[in-house]
Formats: sequence, structure tokens, C-alpha cells
Amino acid sequence: MYRYDEFDLGFVRERVAEFRDQVARRLSGEMTEDQFKPLRLMNGVYLQLHAYMLRVAIPYGVLSGRQMRKLAHIARKYDRDYGHFTTRQNLQFNWIKLADMPAILEELAEVEMHAIQTSGNCIRNVTADHFAGAAADETVDPRPYAEILRQWSSLHPEFSFLPRKFKLAVTGAAADRAAIQVHDIGLEAKRDAKGDIGFAVWVGGGQGRTPMIARKLRDFLPEADLLAYCEAILRVYNLEGRRDNKYKARIKILVHEKGTDEIADAIENEFASLKGKALDLPAAEIARIAAYFAPPALADLPARSAKLEAAKAADVALARFVDRNVSAHKRPGYGIVTVSLKPVGLPPGDATSAQMDAVAALAERFSADEIRVSHEQNLVLPHVRLDDLPELFAGLAAAGLATPNAGLVTDIIACPGLDYCSLANARSIPVAQRISERFADLGRQHDIGDLKIKISGCINACGHHHVGHIGILGVDRKGEEFYQITLGGSGDETCSIGEIVGPGFPADRIVDAVEQVVDAYLGLRRDPGETFLAAYRRVGLKPFQEALYADA
Amino acid sequence: MPTPETALWRAGAFAADDWRFPAAGEPVPADGKVALPKARFLAERAALAGRNGPIGVVLESGESLADIEDDVPRFGLIVLRFARYADGRNYSTARILRDRLGFRGELRASGDVLRDQVLFMLRAGFDALEIAHAGTVATLKEGRIVGVHRHYQPASNEIGESAAGLRGWQRTSRRLASN
Repeated sequence: MYRYDEFDLGFVRERVAEFRDQVARRLSGEMTEDQFKPLRLMNGVYLQLHAYMLRVAIPYGVLSGRQMRKLAHIARKYDRDYGHFTTRQNLQFNWIKLADMPAILEELAEVEMHAIQTSGNCIRNVTADHFAGAAADETVDPRPYAEILRQWSSLHPEFSFLPRKFKLAVTGAAADRAAIQVHDIGLEAKRDAKGDIGFAVWVGGGQGRTPMIARKLRDFLPEADLLAYCEAILRVYNLEGRRDNKYKARIKILVHEKGTDEIADAIENEFASLKGKALDLPAAEIARIAAYFAPPALADLPARSAKLEAAKAADVALARFVDRNVSAHKRPGYGIVTVSLKPVGLPPGDATSAQMDAVAALAERFSADEIRVSHEQNLVLPHVRLDDLPELFAGLAAAGLATPNAGLVTDIIACPGLDYCSLANARSIPVAQRISERFADLGRQHDIGDLKIKISGCINACGHHHVGHIGILGVDRKGEEFYQITLGGSGDETCSIGEIVGPGFPADRIVDAVEQVVDAYLGLRRDPGETFLAAYRRVGLKPFQEALYADA
Repeated sequence: MPTPETALWRAGAFAADDWRFPAAGEPVPADGKVALPKARFLAERAALAGRNGPIGVVLESGESLADIEDDVPRFGLIVLRFARYADGRNYSTARILRDRLGFRGELRASGDVLRDQVLFMLRAGFDALEIAHAGTVATLKEGRIVGVHRHYQPASNEIGESAAGLRGWQRTSRRLASN
């Protein structure tokens, strides 16, 4: 993985000193909260309902064991002994004192971490496929490009006061696990017939109150042009993006209002003036950064592990876990393990300090000291020998982390919702908890199969409900929490925005409604191999509307 | 433009302003350095062509370079007004002026110019700041701006920055001295 050099370390230390100075001016009253707000946001500090929240950047979701232990330490020392992994592959601490922030940032800098640009109207933490460098279906490892983009976007002098936040995602595999089509810029790294690397460039996707699927502006942008082209996109957005209404300020609205052709022309025009200059990426520099992401030393192993097969035959729980939580690795005899942070009845994405320490120890022992955070709010151990799976499973189970539900109905994404967030209209986490309790039976979950439920507590869509196979949106109706259901959304390479099924449901009916939708699916699927999404795309809304509103 | 309450910081030191900003209806002086609002410049462009003395233009927040791009070489001063510091359009305008249009005159930020954005402004190509905020004036005078001087991207102050290390896009800038 990437390691800081002296320049990187010096950069982060300077940023800590700058933020320490800003916090001191706020605490002394020299700055008002209004003046402080954009400054603290640029360093990941939010003022929530009850306290300040600190969002720590985990660039493209990659962590070492040492970094994870530091996060555990911060949770223990400065927070309430837990942290919350987010849909941008970051970590939030929800109960931090403002006066402690500079000390925490210094502790993070010790392990090459920071909180730069995890919020604010700037370029946010760059996300990537959480299986990067390990997935069997990968064409190009996206991490070196995500790291180059992270560097380029850090404290960019031109793009620190954009109309609104700006999010980039990078993938390099056939299956899109990074949801690139619902990002401001989505990049798919690929190879042409000659084997050269380039990018499909998607612009103007997003969720929020106006969900839109991105437009593809380039099918194969040469890798040397990556920064110049991104700078051109950002410049057009910075100058032309709306600043009169924060809900219409994202680049998706600009693309929609001006038209794809006009925006594409403006971007190409800027790009023509930027390319061939200082932003060109030299091949030697790409190679130097890519070297940090060289695969770990993995052994040559047979594809089938007799040890694992024997253990699975003896332990149905292990077999279930392997069936759902282990994905195909590019090397025979290895697997990618998803560590579910969605145990029944607990808030999605939360991990205690002890759990973080346990994952760090297991990663060091079984996964070449690598951990990933997925945008689905789980953790990933990317390089595990199939032979080691029984022992790893036991270790995870001891830490309460062996829930075998990856990609199943209880593997729910939920935003913090009204329990924490000052923007929310309704609670999200308790709804997720109740759904996971309703579907707690593992046999039933496995029978239902792949099903992504995503819950947002308000129209800002932090829980990604628009791309949930079943999406749930919390709204406020005359002071009462109501929940609207959308069906058929998907954030993958077949990206689609979910359709509203009908009138919303009160809090005490929403779990029943989800169950009715699931039961309707089970009744109409052609065979157990037809997933919820495939079935929905075949039959449309109507059968589900009939199931939900039959009595109305 | 500058009033007794504002201070002009130019190329690293506080200075007296040698530009004049005629009020609406006030005639343009026959000589000396004079800067006009964009609309007035456009309206009087033909008459100004024969004038002795440097001409400048003032762009209010949200005003673009449209219609004056061809005039850029004759400007001695371009002022970009920040109505709110969180409105970042001027950073792109500044970079276009410096990098694409080759503007080498004084590029001045005015309005909501605050200490926490000074380094961004200098990197984007501004070389003069007209500052109303007393705390910012004092901090600059005392050389107490705390900021980040290691940069991950080339910008528009290539003379004031040096390429550092391996990465082609890496830069470092100097700390601002007291004055």
C-alpha cells in the first residue's frame, strides 16, 4: 500500500498546524461559528445534533493493521469506544470534543492519516473498488490512480471553494463495485487492444434529491491526461455550477441544464489549454506510485483447499460464511473476505475499539496486513489463503464479526439519520435494526439471496436509497416519520435509479412493507437463481404495488 | 476602491495604492492609473483606447471575462471582487488570466479577503490583496499566517514556487515574511 515520504508527512503536519491555529481562534472567540464552519468542514469536523463529529479519511478505503489500531485507540481515548464506517469508505467519530481535535489529528499523522477534505464544498475523499488489487475480474488496479487523484486534489488552490461537494470514484474491473455512475466523476481504468491503460470518464452522476446517472464523456482517455482532464472538468464546474441554490449546485444539475454536448465542449476546450503541460502524468511517475501497490508475496497454491472443504463439511456455519462472505481472488487458493459490520439488531457500519483491534490482528496474521473499508460499510480482508479460512472465521466469530450476510437482505446501508444528523427527517438506524431482526433467520436470508436494502433518513440520500434494490427514504409528514419505498435501483455497471412504489409507510408499518415486497419477490421469481433485481427488471413495479396496496 | 479601512498588500509588502477608481459619473482622468468597472470599461472602450496612462478593470463577484478577453493585454490591473470568500469562482478566473491569457499585470483580490485563504489566492495567481479584515491585516504584518507550503499540484504562481522532489506536480512555496 501507499507509504508517505517526507513530503507527504510534512504536508500533513503543516495541515495539522494550520487547523490547530484555526481551532484556537474559534475557541478564543476570534472567529464565530459561522466563520469557522467552512474551515472546519474542510478538515472533516461537523457539528451534529449532540456534539462535534470527526470524519477521518481512509483514502480509497485502504488501511493497514497499524492504522486500524490507531483508529481503535482514538475511539477508546477520545470517543465512546466505537467508530462508524461510512459509505465513502471513511470513519466517523461521533462524540469528539473540539479542543481534542488537533491532538487527534496529530495522532492520525503518526500513522500517515488525516481528515483533509472529508467534508466541505471541495473534492472529497477519492473512493475505489474495495476489492482492488485482489479481485479475479480486475483489469487494472485502480489504487495508483486513486492515490494520484488524492494528491492532486489535496488543498487544490483553485477547487477548495466549489459550488458544492465533489466526489470521484475509480474502478478497474468489469463488475462496478465503486458505483462510478452515481459520482460527480466516475473513472473506469481499462486497457486498449495494445495493452495501454486509459479511462472511461463518466461525469454528472449523483444521488441526493435529484438522482442522475452520469454521462460518459470519454471512452478511453489516455492515462497521461488524467489530471489535466479532471482539472478541466473541475474548472468548468467551478465557474459554471450554480451557486444560487445548494440543492441545484452539483455538477449533475449543470450537465442536465446545459446539456451534455455543451458541457463536453466546454470541458474539451479547457482540456486543450491544460494538456501537454505540468499536469501531464509521466509514465515513470505512474510506475513509481504503482510500485507501492505491488501485490503482496502470495504463494502458489492449488485452487481448491482440501482443508477448507473438510472444515465446511463439518461446520454449516463456516460453509454459510464462505458461501456469502468470500469472493474470488485473482490468485488460486486465495479468497477475499468480507467482514460484515451488519450483525442483527446493531447499527450498520459501527465497530467497537475491541473489534477494530481484532480485525487489525487478523489482517496482520491472515491478509498480508491489508484491510479495506467498503462503501457498503463493511470491512474487507483482501488476501486470505483458503486454507486459513476456518481459523479466520473462528477469530472473527470471537469478535462478533462473523455474520454471514454479505450482500443479503440484512447487509443494509443506512445513513446516521435522525439519531445523529441535524439534516435528517427520520431515523434510519432503528429501521435497519428492525429489518435485520425481522429477517434474522439465516436460512431465510440465504434463500432470498442477493438483495441490497439502502436507507436514507432524508432526501440528501447519504444512505444511497436511490440505488438500493429496495430503497427506503425517511420523510417528515406533519411531524411524523414516514418512509417511502423505491424498487429496482442499482449502483453497479447496470446502474439504475429506483422507482417510487407508492405512498409511504409510517414507522410501525415499514418493516412489514419490506417483508411484503420480499415475499412478493419469492412468489414470482422464476427460480432461486433469479435475483430480486433481475426479477424486478422482468416484472416491473406492478406486482409489488399489488402486494403492498392490495387493501387500499 | 481602497478606503481608510482597507489595506493593500502587494507582492509581499503593504503599499500605498497608486490606482484611481473613478465613481459613477466622475470623468476618467486624462492620465495616471485608472481602473473602471467592467460595464463602464465596455461602454467607453473606444474613447479609452487613445488615453495616456494604464487602464485597469474591476470585476464584481460573478462577472466573467466574457467580452474583455481580447483587452487583457492592455490592462495594468485586474481586480476580482470576493463578495463571500466561499464563492470560489475567482480562483478559476485568476488561473485563466495567468495561464491561458498570459496576464502579467497586477491581479488583485478584494472584498472578503481573509487570512485562511491568502495562500490559496497567491497560488491561483493573485499578487495583490485589498484587505478590509483587521485580523488579516495584522496577521500578515506580523508574518503569522499559518498554512501549508507543500503543494501537490502546479498552479499559477510558478515563479514563486519551486518544483520539489520526484513528482512532476509537487511544489513548495515560501513562508510569508513579516513587514
